[in-house]
Amino acid sequence: MTRAVVRHSTAAAAVPAIDMSTRLGSVGLPSPVLTASGCAAAGRELDQFFDITSIGAVVTKSIMLEPRSGRATPRMAETPSGMLNSIGLQGPGIHAFLEKDLAWLRERGARVMVSIAGGTTQEFEEIAKILREHGGFDALEVNISCPNVADRGQVFACRADSAAAVIGGVRRSTDPSIPVFAKLSPDVTDIGTIALACIRAGADGLSLINTTLGMVIDVDTMRPALAGVTGGLSGPAIRPIAVRCVWQVRDVLPDVPLIGMGGIRNGADAFEFILAGADAVSVGTVVFHDPSAPARVHAELATLAAQRGFTRLRDAVSYAHREADPPPADTDDGYDLSLPEWV
Amino acid sequence: MPVQVRGEVVSVRRAGQYHVLTVTAPGVPELARPGNFATLAIGDLDSSGLLLRRAFSIHGVQSRGIYGGTIDLVIADAGPGTHWLTQRRRGDVLDIVAPLGRPFALPRDPVSCVLVGGGYGAAPLVFLAEHLRERGCRVDVVLGASTEEKLFGVLEAKRIASTVTITTDDGSLGETGLVTDHLRGVIDRAATDVVYACGPMGMLAAVADIAAEAGIHSQCAVEESMACGIGVCMTCVLPVIGEDGITRMLRSCVEGPVFRGDRVRWQDVGTIPPDTLGAPMPEGRDR
Repeated sequence: MTRAVVRHSTAAAAVPAIDMSTRLGSVGLPSPVLTASGCAAAGRELDQFFDITSIGAVVTKSIMLEPRSGRATPRMAETPSGMLNSIGLQGPGIHAFLEKDLAWLRERGARVMVSIAGGTTQEFEEIAKILREHGGFDALEVNISCPNVADRGQVFACRADSAAAVIGGVRRSTDPSIPVFAKLSPDVTDIGTIALACIRAGADGLSLINTTLGMVIDVDTMRPALAGVTGGLSGPAIRPIAVRCVWQVRDVLPDVPLIGMGGIRNGADAFEFILAGADAVSVGTVVFHDPSAPARVHAELATLAAQRGFTRLRDAVSYAHREADPPPADTDDGYDLSLPEWV
Repeated sequence: MPVQVRGEVVSVRRAGQYHVLTVTAPGVPELARPGNFATLAIGDLDSSGLLLRRAFSIHGVQSRGIYGGTIDLVIADAGPGTHWLTQRRRGDVLDIVAPLGRPFALPRDPVSCVLVGGGYGAAPLVFLAEHLRERGCRVDVVLGASTEEKLFGVLEAKRIASTVTITTDDGSLGETGLVTDHLRGVIDRAATDVVYACGPMGMLAAVADIAAEAGIHSQCAVEESMACGIGVCMTCVLPVIGEDGITRMLRSCVEGPVFRGDRVRWQDVGTIPPDTLGAPMPEGRDR
């Protein structure tokens, strides 16, 4: 296959001397930059724009047990520095995913984090078992921001008990060597409580954050802009919320692997998440602006962290949590109070 | 295979209510086929709050010349993003992804073709007409819009087509009425074998119906709203019947934008027909 020539990259020409490797539980990755679930399909489309084996991993669109049509259109509305979506988890079902998508990703040599979704705890467990039987992926991300059929459509991620039930079930159904990450919703009163419940239920790490619920009304039609009425807000508009969530969860869980995501556009945005406590980052909605963004973010992050004096990116993880730097000594403040020699 | 390139604006010129943007796009003219589209980023991410690219069907390409390869795109100033594009000046840099989508299928034999365009949906039709004429096809064109100012490509169509029929809703140019009021007459007179169409969904639905009644093939390029244009976001879907008879929600950016008129469930666009693969079951019934 010939690759598209990406003349767009703003990456610095010189490769900075920095070790960008990271760990997500038992899995080591050469890059901390991943795609975000739902913003990369199963990698094939983005591989036209950058080498998907060069980034940390491809996080695939959440897959359910059966084929799923998703919701009616319109499914999307552009919002200030972001977008609202209500896709409804359209997908081919786990079996077609294994045959077509996962098989292609393996052949391509990409590292893969499979995202799974379900309407019941049993559906999550069943998908996990099918995946265990099949193998051929590196990690699992559990999308618990989907409606719980048994709880009037409340999403699993909104309650500690329902989130923990799904995570416990998936963890027990999954090969112990495969890390299981719970993807949390920011739409909760205290994200630390949900994070702790997921870790206690057996999650190896956490993905922060999923979209936050929003709504747009079309003032011409005077009706909701989306057929699904409400939708998930993503993009740079939600980045401060996401950074706050990573910071708060890092405070509660100092040693748990975290993947930070929400509105990352460039290396500086990714670096914010690393400093807040993320071991890795997912690049999502910005792919709709720049399809080569994940590779660009990796290069920009490497340059920026090296410029800040880091030789290993993992040393920068949680660096913003350190005690405030001591004030500079008097002699360094720019004023030389000693008398000049000629006096 | 699309490429992502930085292009320089060569010109932005007015055409009725529209603007024609000519921009350098190295490598794109050689790859582009009629029906393909291009997406443009709106500003850069540091200064623009408009995150999503805008999609435009390719109106024409020039693979050589003093600017190297360039493409022409037709822009309707319909919101802040497209307005920003109309304000670009010579030398401004744009981020381009192209060519995208499935192009119009071209006939192997020199058959008779009618090209139907609604508003600036006419944009890809001259490009298409050139390819059809190269194959020895007869080309007739039907262009319509609500009013004269919203017609596009009339002069270019007159240069290349055997006949050009113009319709406007208000009668400001050509026949009063809709393109579909006059399409059957053109088909009969030109002994048309294939209808190609690009325009709003309602027009395409009517064109597909007329082609089906006439017992001929139709190729329709849809204008669905898109977020990514490259097949990852799943926002631009519509119900399409497959070779196996099963309806699926297909992405108009990669499985389209050109579809066979008899495959799209036009009346069900905007919904999930109950017999779609993976459609939700009605309340109270098990899947």
